[in-house]
Amino acid sequence: MNAPNRHLLGIEGMAPPTILEILDLAESYALLNRSGKTRRDLLRGRTLINLFFEDSTRTRTSFELAGKRLGADVINMAVSQSSVSKGETLVDTATTLNAMNCDLLVVRHNRSGAPALLAQKVDAAVINAGDGTHEHPTQALLDALTIRRRKGRLEGLVVAICGDIAHSRVARSNILLLTTMNCRVRVVGPPTLIPTAIENFGAEVFHDMRAGLAGADIVMALRVQKERMSGGSVPSAREYFAFYGLDAAKLAYAKPDALVMHPGPMNRGVEIDSAVADDPTRSLIREQVEMGVAVRMAVLDLLARGGI
Amino acid sequence: MSDILIRAARIIDPATRTDIEGDLLIRDGMILDFGPGIGRPDGVSVCEAKGAVLCPGLVDMRASLGEPGYEYRETIVSAAQAAAAGGITTLACLPDTKPAIDDAALVRLLITRGEETGSLSIFPYGAATRGCAGSELAEYGLLAEAGAVGFTDGRRAIATSRLMRSALAYASGFGAMIVQHPEDPGLAEGGCATEGARATLMGLPGIPAIAEAILMARDIRLAELTGGRLHFAHISTAEAVSLVRRAKDRGLRITCDTAPPYFDMNETSIGDYRTYAKLSPPLRTESDRQAILVGLADGTIDAIASDHQPRDAEDKRLPFAEASAGGAGLATLLAVTLAHTRDSALSLMAALDLLTARPAALLGIEAGRIGKGLPADLCLFDPERSWLVSAGSLPGKAQNTPFDGRALEGAVIGTWKAGRRVFG
Repeated sequence: MNAPNRHLLGIEGMAPPTILEILDLAESYALLNRSGKTRRDLLRGRTLINLFFEDSTRTRTSFELAGKRLGADVINMAVSQSSVSKGETLVDTATTLNAMNCDLLVVRHNRSGAPALLAQKVDAAVINAGDGTHEHPTQALLDALTIRRRKGRLEGLVVAICGDIAHSRVARSNILLLTTMNCRVRVVGPPTLIPTAIENFGAEVFHDMRAGLAGADIVMALRVQKERMSGGSVPSAREYFAFYGLDAAKLAYAKPDALVMHPGPMNRGVEIDSAVADDPTRSLIREQVEMGVAVRMAVLDLLARGGI
Repeated sequence: MSDILIRAARIIDPATRTDIEGDLLIRDGMILDFGPGIGRPDGVSVCEAKGAVLCPGLVDMRASLGEPGYEYRETIVSAAQAAAAGGITTLACLPDTKPAIDDAALVRLLITRGEETGSLSIFPYGAATRGCAGSELAEYGLLAEAGAVGFTDGRRAIATSRLMRSALAYASGFGAMIVQHPEDPGLAEGGCATEGARATLMGLPGIPAIAEAILMARDIRLAELTGGRLHFAHISTAEAVSLVRRAKDRGLRITCDTAPPYFDMNETSIGDYRTYAKLSPPLRTESDRQAILVGLADGTIDAIASDHQPRDAEDKRLPFAEASAGGAGLATLLAVTLAHTRDSALSLMAALDLLTARPAALLGIEAGRIGKGLPADLCLFDPERSWLVSAGSLPGKAQNTPFDGRALEGAVIGTWKAGRRVFG
């Protein structure tokens, strides 16, 4: 058995027992959260800093809530573009944070590998809250927990991840986690949005929603950035919606009991139709947000106790 | 200056395929005699080589110096120290400095600055385009007259077909060589690693390996059209090797070099976002690395250059995509090359040829040879002596070595420039 990892930088290299440990602990936090008896003293006296170089109300709030429910002192630092343009480097920021004796550092950055660089320079445990097009490990863990709660298992499920796979850290972390847990993972999208060699990681590639969704238990739609749909990768938003937007007609290709997920925030009418997103019998989107807090509590708990 | 006798060396001169045990006598900065039993004149100072290899001082045909404009990364003085420690006595430097070397006065300045070091001859390349900005041709005639050994835009490809055609055609009027950074700029835009499974896993924007071959295929045809003299710098892929091989088979005057990272490392070195391994072109797959070694051994590749790109810590201590590409290479050029004379078909003689006489011939300069009456530019190295490459304790200012932590066998123990000992 390897020594526990002091940081959570990605799903890459994570073994099934570790994933199960996090999911089981998160499950217990989900139950506690629902019972309302959530406030614990586990992280009393510990400082959690949310260091966000990129805007994300959703993920930041989720970590903030998770930290507070465990009793940590939570500080949000939104690093404005101005201090970056003033020449303060990531390493300068790390030095500053070290001086503040921060225990847990949650980092969101628009560059792949930025949390790994910070992890080399700070004493705190670093949690990757999304780096560039690399990984978003807590998103993959919360997605897995959401799926497991509704389907009772992960193994053998067919999960279709649809949309801009190339620029998605959510897709990468999910592919790594779900294939590790023996799901059958498919990626569905236009060839310009499928990254090279993604099949090396166990994902099956489809360019057609009908084929890609056939027999799927879970359909995950990914956000597509507007700038990708101005001719560089995709000609237009309407063409994208016509062929890859998840609406009821396309969802009908999947299993009758297939469930829909989206990491948020959604572009309604682009990658997902409101009728699908808001259908309480099919959509897990609300539950994903709820599980997000539970998963982040589990991650903070484990890291505060020494590692994952 | 008293005479110097380097005694009991294994003297290798690749240009003449000489490999003999013997002594070498230096007088007035020149090689007076060498070979077995040349005697020991009175008053001579003796350097005991103890069987170490004595070869011509290395000729590095591609290096960036920090000057002018990037003195915080490297100065000519610090580069000269690193070069001397690496056995390099002659170096051709890239013109994409600040300002760019697009004026005859700047060419003369660099040559003079080299002379002032006393240990390193500097042969500047001139800018292929004014300011290395990629739009208008620079003054090749005036630059060549001042001493420019070829024309290139350095780290930047001469992009459009029309401009490349003009550059090759116009340079041919002066018998000058165009040196291309072979990478299709459109395909490379925004990329920082070779496209493939590794870049995908790391979430790094990729550059497809064919960006190299695509530009080379175009340029080979343009060289054919214009009769221009074309050299490709730091080739790194199997396809590039085969393009050059085919061009040579067809009798075209196409040449190329590569640099140690491309036959010593592969893309796995960028794991953990190691920015010291961020290079341009990016590190490639293992099969590409193997193909470069084959190209070196069979003569397709004409030279090994350091591709020295000095960077300071702040250029590199950044997220991978933002970090500056390039590695320091002067001090490790010889030892990394020697490592592959043990594990591939590359002989020691051929390897030293790639580091001395062949690049000198490409540049059209008098260097890289051991011969009676030639300047005593020499490198003495112990092929057995091992050392550890360590960023932070390299000679010179630039410490950004991609080989950090690598154990190497083969250490320079003495370097002479025009008969004067400048290292060891």
